[in-house]
Amino acid sequence: MAKSWKEWEKPVLELEDTIKKMKSLVDAEPDPVRRKELADRVADYERRRDAYLQTRYSRLGPWEQVLIARAEPRPYTLDYINALFNDFVELQGDRKFGADHAIVGGPALFEDQPVMVVGHQKGRTIQERTQRNFAMAKPEGYRKAIRLFEMAERFAMPVITFVDTPAADPGVESESRGISEAIAASMLAMFELTVPVLSVVIGEGGSGGAIGIAVANRVFMQEHAVYSVIPPEGCAAILWRAPEKGAQAAAALQLTSDSALRFGLVDQILPEPFGGAHRDPSEAAKTIREVLRAGLAEFGAMSPEARKAQRAARFRSMGEVLAASNS
Amino acid sequence: MPFRRAAPSPGAFVQCANCRKTLFAAEFQANLKVCPHCGHHHRLLWDERVNLVFDEGSFTETDAELRSADPLGFPDYAEKHAQAMERTGLSDSVINGTASLQGQKVSISVSDFSFMGGSMGSVAGEKITRALERGVSERMPVIIFCASGGARMQEGLLSLMQMAKTTAAVESCRSNGIPYIAVFTDPTMAGVLASYASIADVIISEPKALIGFAGARVSKQAGVGKVPDDFQTAEFLLKSGMLDRIVERRNLRSTLASLCRMLGGHLMTEAPRG
Repeated sequence: MAKSWKEWEKPVLELEDTIKKMKSLVDAEPDPVRRKELADRVADYERRRDAYLQTRYSRLGPWEQVLIARAEPRPYTLDYINALFNDFVELQGDRKFGADHAIVGGPALFEDQPVMVVGHQKGRTIQERTQRNFAMAKPEGYRKAIRLFEMAERFAMPVITFVDTPAADPGVESESRGISEAIAASMLAMFELTVPVLSVVIGEGGSGGAIGIAVANRVFMQEHAVYSVIPPEGCAAILWRAPEKGAQAAAALQLTSDSALRFGLVDQILPEPFGGAHRDPSEAAKTIREVLRAGLAEFGAMSPEARKAQRAARFRSMGEVLAASNS
Repeated sequence: MPFRRAAPSPGAFVQCANCRKTLFAAEFQANLKVCPHCGHHHRLLWDERVNLVFDEGSFTETDAELRSADPLGFPDYAEKHAQAMERTGLSDSVINGTASLQGQKVSISVSDFSFMGGSMGSVAGEKITRALERGVSERMPVIIFCASGGARMQEGLLSLMQMAKTTAAVESCRSNGIPYIAVFTDPTMAGVLASYASIADVIISEPKALIGFAGARVSKQAGVGKVPDDFQTAEFLLKSGMLDRIVERRNLRSTLASLCRMLGGHLMTEAPRG
């Protein structure tokens, strides 16, 4: 069982190192014939790297998808906010207890249209990870989200959420301030909205913490993101009392984007640049931009009542039940 | 009642799960499975709960035809589910129906922890949703008795979506003036607590019920440190402002009846709808 995405990217990283060195040789080479030769070799190496990435990433197992969804260089919510929106003004207060940096949000312009953006935010440095509690939001985070959803409703702004959390915070403080109520109330607030709501699962869609801000008219999921009822390690701990069997649990839980689409739980998979969104964040953002634009146009044209009803109906249809013939 | 268990034989004994004192089974049963020494509320089976709260003979089961699928082909799920059906005589963890409470008609849903830990998969989510929707369509209060370890892992993301689905049904009750009361019983956890359970108009709990977001094994894995003695108990939640009341079992019927009469008073006087 791999422990990190770096294990299968090692050959790529080595190749890229070589490519970089050869490129500097090309630049320094005075002889045009020799220079052409070297340049061809560089191109060949690049082709080989791309071929490796393409085949490797087209057959990632469920556990590898979990690792790539958690990879530190993967674009986070603020990366996409910077790439896709203008004039983002972060609003931090929940107006009740405290600031929670595991969820960020505020108004922004998407192609000149004012929208309300809310998303889980992970950190890259140790300090930022601690400050953002590894994107595990406390009740304050969800209550801030609720406040922003309600403001969006008042000012007729569509809501766009980015989902990327391992889980909601399970600590004593969160329990005593009602993490369960905060998540439930956030879902409830989203069902009450009459403005368009679009959600994008960009990394880890971790159970209640994720669905708490993912009650949308349309839910998009990036190709290498995962979405699960429980983290695979937690599932393994409960079912087999063996957290180290995470890979096995990941397979059983079917937490990949193609499974979520097959069960009709997300509406569209967003293809990532091969090798994952982190290899070409601007290309990944471009794909998101297109579906957001289309979604805002589609739901913007609906009546407020129809938008609310569509959202409720979307979730109403979820679940697989059979009917016994004689009872 | 469609379903009634045999009374314990007169000479039988049981032991209190909390204080370990030996009790006469018949006396224990007559005392609603509450220990006369320490007051410990033992878990009730769904039909015991119905008999305790609602008017005699008024319960009619609904949505009984719903059966679980195994959409993920999850390891051992089909076997575990079949065993649970065999052992409990139930088809899943939630039983729906209508009943009357001191003469007032109500839509009810009762979770039974003895069926796979009361976990919420597609069937439980569908039943909770229908119980709430029935309240809206037939203009009556809804009472849901929670007893669950959380979402059912074996149905993966489909189970997580039941949290949103049931929440949508609560939203419908709220916007249609239908009172919804949740009764937390031991235990009420995780995905159930973080969805329909926590957004009821009124939340009451039985004493000492275990109520929480993260189960003990998950907390341990997440490295949650020292916890208060009463952590994740009904008393802890009451103190934190997350519950409205703790009600002893013997007072449950009268408390629920009063609440339904008052919060659902407008339903008794309104003109019948087509």
